[in-house]
Amino acid sequence: MLERMHGRLGDVLFTWFLVILGGAVLLIAALMAWELWSGGALAFHHFGFGGFIASSSWDAVKGQFGAWPFLLGTVITSALALTISFVPSLAAAIAIAEYTPPWLGEIIAYLVDLLAALPSVVYGLLGIFVLIPMLRNYIEQPFFTWAITKAPWLLTVLGPPTGIGMMSAVLVLSLMIIPYSSSLARDAIKLVPRSQREAMYALGATRWEVVRLVVLPYARGGIFAGVILALARAIGETMAVTMMIGNGHQLPFSVFGPAATMASVIANEFTEATGDLQMSSLLAIGFLLFLLSLLVNFIADYILRRMTAGEGRK
Amino acid sequence: MENVRMETKEVTVFYGQKAGVSSVSLPMYDKKITALIGPSGCGKTTYLRALNRMHDLNPIVRIEGEVLLDGENIYAADKDPVVIRRRVGMVFQRPTPFPTMSIFNNVVAGLKLVGVNNRDKLMEVAERSLKQAALWDEVKDRLSEPAVGLSGGQQQRISIARALAVEPEVLLMDEPTSALDPISTQAIEDLLATLKEEVTIVIVTHNMQQAARVSDYTAFFLNGDMIEYGPTDKIFTNPTDERTEAYITGRFG
Repeated sequence: MLERMHGRLGDVLFTWFLVILGGAVLLIAALMAWELWSGGALAFHHFGFGGFIASSSWDAVKGQFGAWPFLLGTVITSALALTISFVPSLAAAIAIAEYTPPWLGEIIAYLVDLLAALPSVVYGLLGIFVLIPMLRNYIEQPFFTWAITKAPWLLTVLGPPTGIGMMSAVLVLSLMIIPYSSSLARDAIKLVPRSQREAMYALGATRWEVVRLVVLPYARGGIFAGVILALARAIGETMAVTMMIGNGHQLPFSVFGPAATMASVIANEFTEATGDLQMSSLLAIGFLLFLLSLLVNFIADYILRRMTAGEGRK
Repeated sequence: MENVRMETKEVTVFYGQKAGVSSVSLPMYDKKITALIGPSGCGKTTYLRALNRMHDLNPIVRIEGEVLLDGENIYAADKDPVVIRRRVGMVFQRPTPFPTMSIFNNVVAGLKLVGVNNRDKLMEVAERSLKQAALWDEVKDRLSEPAVGLSGGQQQRISIARALAVEPEVLLMDEPTSALDPISTQAIEDLLATLKEEVTIVIVTHNMQQAARVSDYTAFFLNGDMIEYGPTDKIFTNPTDERTEAYITGRFG
């Protein structure tokens, strides 16, 4: 009897322990949002919430600050990186889960996952010392010289071919986010029941037809979740992007030329912010970044629910 | 006059070193139902999966002997397993609707594989197969709804309709009613009687009454060996082997 009482007490304590821990997570998230909001309040007050978002001038001397170039930079780099990395990461997942012999698959999977373990400053260094010179010498400059004589109207779109800028940052970002989408897609593909594959094989399907018609549709929820994780990673990525993107907030951006993202401007300027207004503007950008991540997650959750709605009734 | 549609000659299926089925020779007559019975683990499913090269998907399985379809060995070097599986269809133990496809697309999935995209043609085949599977009246007004919304028995009949849509010459059924309630089971058994007018059927079942009710020929398996084969009436009323008699009278299994 005494022992049962003891067990019940343990249950109650454990429940409260979990409630407190869970509550703490929410509280911390709320605190972060609050801190960013109150820190950025000065900027929001000074320029107006909409005005701060829509303004594209960022001038410490004149005391003019706006988030538009950085918002745009974040959205463009993330979207491009996601687009570029989607096919290779899905291809790697399919190859590992469906085509390679298990021992080889494990090695490749390990290497892909290793991409996520590398600190992003290492990606930045690789970018600066390897990718940027290569892009500059073999792609950007030849293309630019060609455009000078053959298609001068392209020059403003291309921008200065220095290697440092949007293109380099996007390419490195694409590589960095591959493991996130790929490993989730791989797990989702491996979870497709054997009975589903066999049912399609039994109808006279080839291996690729089974992958295309059964495996990928069945795993689409997991694949999409991976894409969202990669997108969230791309939006927040700071170090490597800051090192390579050139930190130019002059709109319009060009393909080769320098640009900036929300994360990169914060990393770049908070140590040398002059005056309360600039510091507040940086925090305000932090708040907007927080909102953007939240928005992406909400949209993803909504789509994911709709996507799996038909399967819930099994 | 009865023709042999499919036949195995001393087929042995190895899982690694171990034989799951040893040296089984059986005829399967055209437009008849052949039942494979025996206790769990006796090798009847293993044998069945050798008949449409389903074991090809598992690299540790090796097959010896010959499986003849219309007199030709389906394991011959020039035979494509994809084509074989189109001619020898299969229905599994559990319903396997494709969850992202509608009822209609589930049924015509095999047809789309061979490049049939004409909407009228697909509709015609879907209607015919669903009628054959005794499901048409229940689903005709909701063909575009997801197939996973149907009941278990209906899902299994979707699986049967899907297999029939590609017009296989032989239909393999692996305990098709074991996951179903008695009413759905009854529906599928009734279906078999009409289906055999058009296709040759091989059915694995652990339900002896079912084998007695639906089949024309019965083969009894035990521990990987085929013990006895003959017309169903004879197997169930006057078996030759005492192990067959022990099994059908319920002394083991």
